Amino acid sequence: MIPAAARWQPSRAARAAVILLACVPFALVAYDAMNDGLGANPVEAVLHRTGDWALRLLLATLAVSPLRRWTGWPWLHHLRRPLGLLAFGYAMLHALTYVVLDRGLVWEDIVADVLERPYVTAGFTALVLMVPLAVTSTRAAMRRLGPRWQQLHRLVYVVAVLAVLHFLWSSKLDRPEPVVYAGVLAVLLLVRLPAVLRGRRLVAQGP
Amino acid sequence: MRRIRVPVVPSSEITPRAVWEGRRRFLRAAAGGAAAALLPVAWGEAAVTRPGRLDPIAGLQETDYGKDLKPTDYADFTTYNNFVELGVGKEAPARNAHLLRTRPWTIRVEGECEAPGAIGIDDVLTQFPQEERIYRLRCVETWAAVVPWVGVPLSAVLARFKPTSKAKFVELESISDPDRLPGQRRPTLPWPYVEGLRIDEAMHPLTLLATGCYGEVLPGQNGAPLRLVVPWKYGFKSAKSIVRIRFVEQMPKTTWAQLQPDEYGFYANVNPKVDHPRWSQGRERPIGDGLFARRRPTLMFNGYAAEVADLYRGMDLSRDF
Repeated sequence: MIPAAARWQPSRAARAAVILLACVPFALVAYDAMNDGLGANPVEAVLHRTGDWALRLLLATLAVSPLRRWTGWPWLHHLRRPLGLLAFGYAMLHALTYVVLDRGLVWEDIVADVLERPYVTAGFTALVLMVPLAVTSTRAAMRRLGPRWQQLHRLVYVVAVLAVLHFLWSSKLDRPEPVVYAGVLAVLLLVRLPAVLRGRRLVAQGP
Repeated sequence: MRRIRVPVVPSSEITPRAVWEGRRRFLRAAAGGAAAALLPVAWGEAAVTRPGRLDPIAGLQETDYGKDLKPTDYADFTTYNNFVELGVGKEAPARNAHLLRTRPWTIRVEGECEAPGAIGIDDVLTQFPQEERIYRLRCVETWAAVVPWVGVPLSAVLARFKPTSKAKFVELESISDPDRLPGQRRPTLPWPYVEGLRIDEAMHPLTLLATGCYGEVLPGQNGAPLRLVVPWKYGFKSAKSIVRIRFVEQMPKTTWAQLQPDEYGFYANVNPKVDHPRWSQGRERPIGDGLFARRRPTLMFNGYAAEVADLYRGMDLSRDF
């Protein structure tokens, strides 16, 4: 008999692949930083690249449940937590880049930005709201919180909307990317609409 | 290869402003009079490095403008550009610069003037002394650079066309060539790009019609073959690849001010006290300074207050931003 750990499971293989793949952008940023590959404004480059990946991974997290339903592959469910945590990781790197490298730890500027600039307020709020989600992402927290876990984790929709607003409000009119992300988020929210209207939970039952 | 520098610049090591200003005044005084000709040498400042990429500008005359400023690396200044005609994003303009045809090139000059006509790029290059001037550049997006421009005072060129007393403003129009320029096939901005100056701003001795930078003709991504340079205003005022100049009586409807009037004014003077609605203008980031460089404070009128503040006497600069 093959030991359970050695048996090929799509969920494990997919999870390992997703985690590895999601670390590639970080490795590339680090490589470019060490090889003068970040261009004339390296701080902005790191800021944009970590922010882009935080948002992409966040949207990927939201895509898991609809994709699972659509494909009928129950194991996709196992990708949700690592994707969400990786999104949080990139969001933290993004925020650290802003606070340390861009603003040089000038706290009065940072506080003024958070309070006065709507796009910073949105980004900051999104990051803060991700903290309880990351902290309660363990199985133990899931058990402990019971039905409240799902209620709490609906915050991810607020986080996603704030993250997209953060990008939209920070950009000049001449950039198409924020609109593309807003469109993707709109699709991901709309596909949930029928289930919400039927009063059903999209991802209530496990495999 | 540029090395990553550790971000340790203790405030004790930063020369206080009063001290370095005093030093410069002392040096200037020491080098004054008959020794003025030796100023660049006395400064210990090497001449601007020619990158050797494009045609050098013949008969270039060095000047004292910005001799105490250290120019941004050519590679940084020519790979990080806003020139939407050549594409969206900082890298696209350099990638698409080869699509810009810079010969033949003429600027039509018309409107409220006695001698409307045209002037070609080669007329500008051969009929006017080509001055090298090192200016600070400040983008409205908060990045900054120091650029050794080559060009002629715009006033010298405009004077040829004899503007009348009705010429209260100057409107500058950039290239329109959607067949060749990928950015102009999309309505990212309304084309062509239009900028403008009040006539006294246009005639100010600091205002340049640039023909080159770093001793060579302008790269396409930096606005070849002729562009405006107004060093005390945010970079978007300095229109690139200019094809038309009109003397007008009414304030021109300029591209960004039309598109987002809350965010971009007609004057667009660099002003650390008037924030862009979405970000502070108090500090700027010099490009090419590496990952661990700090922002530095932005100066009123980008450091040219002594030369230009009089132009705006009595104006409310937070209203007329």
